Amino acid sequence: MLLRGVALLAACFVAGQILGETLGRLLGIQANVGGVGFAMLFLILSQNELEKRGLFHLEMGEGITFWSKMYIPIIVAMSSVQNVRVAFSNGLLALLAGIIPVIACLALMPLLSKLAPKE
Amino acid sequence: MEYIITFLDKNGLVFAFLVTGIIMYFSEGISKTLTRGKIPGSAISIFMGLVLAYFAGLETLGKKGIADIPGFSGFDQMGGPVFRDFAIVSTAMGASFAIIKKTGPIGVLSLFLGVIISFLSGVIIAYALGITDAESLTTIGAGACTFVVGPVTGTALGASSDIIAISIAAGVVKSILVTIGTPLIAPYIGLKTPQSAMIFGGLMGTTSGTAAGLAATDPKLVPYGAMTATFYTGLGCLMCPSVLYFVMRALF
Repeated sequence: MLLRGVALLAACFVAGQILGETLGRLLGIQANVGGVGFAMLFLILSQNELEKRGLFHLEMGEGITFWSKMYIPIIVAMSSVQNVRVAFSNGLLALLAGIIPVIACLALMPLLSKLAPKE
Repeated sequence: MEYIITFLDKNGLVFAFLVTGIIMYFSEGISKTLTRGKIPGSAISIFMGLVLAYFAGLETLGKKGIADIPGFSGFDQMGGPVFRDFAIVSTAMGASFAIIKKTGPIGVLSLFLGVIISFLSGVIIAYALGITDAESLTTIGAGACTFVVGPVTGTALGASSDIIAISIAAGVVKSILVTIGTPLIAPYIGLKTPQSAMIFGGLMGTTSGTAAGLAATDPKLVPYGAMTATFYTGLGCLMCPSVLYFVMRALF
């Protein structure tokens, strides 16, 4: 059961990434067009579908949850293999590109709240 | 000594698990003691990863951070695109369209606006600071979404490692800012209902930052904000290396 969850995740991963690669080919660019996004979409859809039919076993979920818990450690490992020495000269860019979008999005918050239907 | 390094390189992935565990253990400690839990351990450990990569780069003059140090080559595997994408896809589990429907069109609108506005402001800053090629601009714009969308996009488009490093750093800055800033700004933006938390999560993305920031504001709001924020990463990974990249290619 545990491995069935991992296999489901792997199936979504393979399908999504191949779709992304294929889209890139069709569009004539050397890039994977949204592969990870498609894979996530497939996982949500297949999980919702399996749950509706009562086929999504709890243990299957655990096989997937393990990987979602490994996500931060993997991101830590990923950041430690980047070319930070060269990027460092552009530290200001990283700082501004982190701060400005937050301010821009915050400015929209009151407007969106007003548009929201009352609960 | 020689045989130990050979051994570590041979079993690189396992050794990388061990070292990452140690990094995260110390980061959790720093988070709890020095910042009294205000900055989440995850943001500190990612920052620590970047710092280690920086010093490793100074020492080895290589391009692959600590993976260039003998014995640490396994980091290249653990932090490589295969494991990374696999783990990112897994985080979509538990997301339910039924719940996003509850916020109605506003929840969906906030998600799209959050991704597009973060992306565009990131691109404008990068362009203003002298970056001109479509791949790098897209990668930094994606990094302005989250520290995950940046590297996923950068790898998909073949951007250089230093640009990817900038995109991660931008995402980490955003995550820390949202964590610290949320409780301070909450009263001014009406962040007190589940619905407003969903809108907030959709606009900000950066799941770890949103969850930690909402926890400091009102723990009851966490699941609502985290729910839309989860969709944010997916939407970012879907849109940045596709639609938004095409726009950049048409412009630059």
